[in-house]
Parts: sequence; C-alpha cells; structure tokens
Amino acid sequence: HIATSLPLPSERDHLRPRIDMIVFMIDIKSKYSLKNVEDSLAHVDARFFLGKVCFLVTGVGRVNCCSVDMNAVWKLGENYCSPVLFCELELEGTRVATAQRLLRMLQICAGHVPGVSALYFSTLM
Amino acid sequence: EDADSQRTAFLLRKQWSLYSVTPLYRFSEAHLRDYSRLLSAFIAAEKKKGLAVEIGGELDIKVAVTSLPDLKGSDRDQAAILVQLSSRSSASPKNSEEKLVWSGWFCCVAGDELSENLPEAFTCLPLFLVNGAESYTAIVGTWFQKTFDCCFRRLSLSPFNLSWMAAMWTGCKVEKPASATELVFSVPRLPHPLHISYAINLEDAQALWDTVQKTPGEITQEEVDVFMDCLYSHFYRHFKIHLSATKLVKVSTAVASAHCDGIIKFRQSQYLTGVLMLLTELAICQIQ
Repeated sequence: HIATSLPLPSERDHLRPRIDMIVFMIDIKSKYSLKNVEDSLAHVDARFFLGKVCFLVTGVGRVNCCSVDMNAVWKLGENYCSPVLFCELELEGTRVATAQRLLRMLQICAGHVPGVSALYFSTLM
Repeated sequence: EDADSQRTAFLLRKQWSLYSVTPLYRFSEAHLRDYSRLLSAFIAAEKKKGLAVEIGGELDIKVAVTSLPDLKGSDRDQAAILVQLSSRSSASPKNSEEKLVWSGWFCCVAGDELSENLPEAFTCLPLFLVNGAESYTAIVGTWFQKTFDCCFRRLSLSPFNLSWMAAMWTGCKVEKPASATELVFSVPRLPHPLHISYAINLEDAQALWDTVQKTPGEITQEEVDVFMDCLYSHFYRHFKIHLSATKLVKVSTAVASAHCDGIIKFRQSQYLTGVLMLLTELAICQIQ
C-alpha cells in the first residue's frame, strides 16, 4: 500500500489488512519529502519502531542535486532506531536489489521466517 | 587595503567556471616565467595541429603566468596563480593591441585540511576558476595535467551548498543601494521546463537572517534551514507551491552569484576571500 503522507484516511480503517512494515521514502533532491516524512512519523504507533520501520533514501545517484542535509537523515534513523537504506530508483540493478531486500525484510516483519524476529533489524544500525 | 582591492578588481563581475584540482606535483612559484614559455609553446603546437581555431584570422597567443600574493587565507596557503592568454594579430604584431582572451586562476583559501598532510613536493591549489573559451580551457588544462600530474574536475554546487550561500551572503553587510537577493528554482518532472525566480528585498532578507542567526560570525546548519524554511513558507502562503520540492539552481546576492553548474560571479571585493574560502572547502570535499 502506498500513501503520500500519514495518517492514513480513517474511513478505510476496517478494510485495511494488518500493516507489517513501513518504508519511509526520502528523495534526496527534495527537502519537502524529508519534512513530509518527519511530519508523518508523528502518526506512527511506537510499536512499529521495533524493527518494522525503515527509511529509504532515493536519488542518491547524483550527489550534486542534493537538497537534503544527510546528517539530518542519519539523525532520523538514530532517533527512531530504524535502518537507513539507499537506492537509485532510475537504475534497474539497484532498484531490483533494493526491492528484493525490502521484500526479505517484510517477510521477517510479518513473521514468515522462523527464528528471525524484526528486532534483529535494530542491530543493523 | 585599497591597493589590494585594485589588484583584484579585475576578478569582479566576471563569470567564472569552477573546477577542483588535485595537488600539483613539483610546481614552483620561482619558475612562473618558465611555465609561461612552456605553455606558450604548447599552445602554439596545438594550434599547428589545428586544435585551437580562432575565427578572424591568425592570432598569436601570449601567455602570462603570475602570482597573486594577496589572494590567500593564511600564510600556510599557497598564493593564487593567475594564467592569462592574450591575443595579438600576428599579421602586424607591432601595431595591433593585445587583447585578453582567456583567464584562469588557481587558488587556495584556508586549505589546511588538504595541505597539512601533503608531502613536500606537492602544492595545494584546489580551486580553479576560468573565464574564456572552452577550447583554451581544454588546452591549458591538458598542459597542467601533463606537467604537474594533477586532475581537473568540474565543481558543481548542490542545492544544499547553494542554500548555505544564500544565508551566508544575505548576512553580509553591504553598501546601499544593493541588489535584491534572488533565488532561482527549477521544477522537476514537467513536460516543459519551468523556472521560478524568487526575489527578496535585501533589507527584508537581512532582517529575517538577523532574527535567525544567534551568534554573529557563526552559522549553523539549523540556522540555514530555518532561514530557507521561512522563505519557502512565505512563498507557499502566497502561491501554494512548495519550493522545497523543487531544485534550487541559482543564488544571486549583492555579495556574489552562484549557479549549480559551478559558475560564480564575485560582486564585492571585501568578501572575495570569504567566498573563496567556502569554494575552496567545496573543492577539497570533491577531491577527497
């Protein structure tokens, strides 16, 4: 499920399946996207921050288009105890690799991998 | 002080393209005359090969490599080196006037971060500024790369860097009348490119910066963010456009103008060293 910001509209609450993982996407070329993510984080239940949240920074291919303070992104990851991943969406190779990685993380968050819990992700920090 | 400004006055109000340069091997300020001769010969040879074709008849290129001793931060910095190419019609060399066709200068202001760990044989001049035809830039660049085993790279300025410049330069005290602070944004992902120009009256911009900056002489990332956010909010209130989702491509102030492609224009000689210090830092970041 994709949303441009949180909170999700309450009208569809009863129809929504259980949410196992939240990926916050930050476009390094848009300061607005960082602000949007920071505002949305306030609406997330604290239990999600036990390994079920991660930050995905996109647009990292071109460092000279950077509008975002990277220190602020690292700090965000630290403050919310969640890993920060990097990806360049325009390159098929890294896009596919990142998608596979997120899928694997989702399987763990949903409890489909026996013996591995989402709490493991906090050790990735 | 006045003599200084006069010597560097020719650097003002010209458009300079920026490059980062890795340390030069076995460069010596004592041999500038020799370098002039060698570079001159190199250019003549390249011209014979047909590589620097000038429209308008045969032109002799004269090379002058000089030092600008006042352009540096501290005594630990290497003084700036200026390379100038002038042309004179070879048909009547005695009668025709010399015309400056290309200028390039290497400089280092507060480059301790790079220079302090360098072995003796290396000279640290990480910033290179060029004004003139690209064909000459290529030739001069090639000669320096061959002679001093260094590497030139275009220095681009990210929106992140440009925000710093906008805040920093707005805070500088300048004589009135001074031009407004102008920010130019490029809007991504549209079928036709759209640029938004946002001009702020200098006094208003300075008043805003004065309320944001806590310690005079010091600027923090947080202060820059607050300053830019205020400008963005103001714009959003009037035009319902989030400038923070666009790309800042150009900053124009009374002190200097900077474009994301790595182009700078100095407007005030009193802040020349300050701007060079920032650019030197960015060049060093790009090298490392």
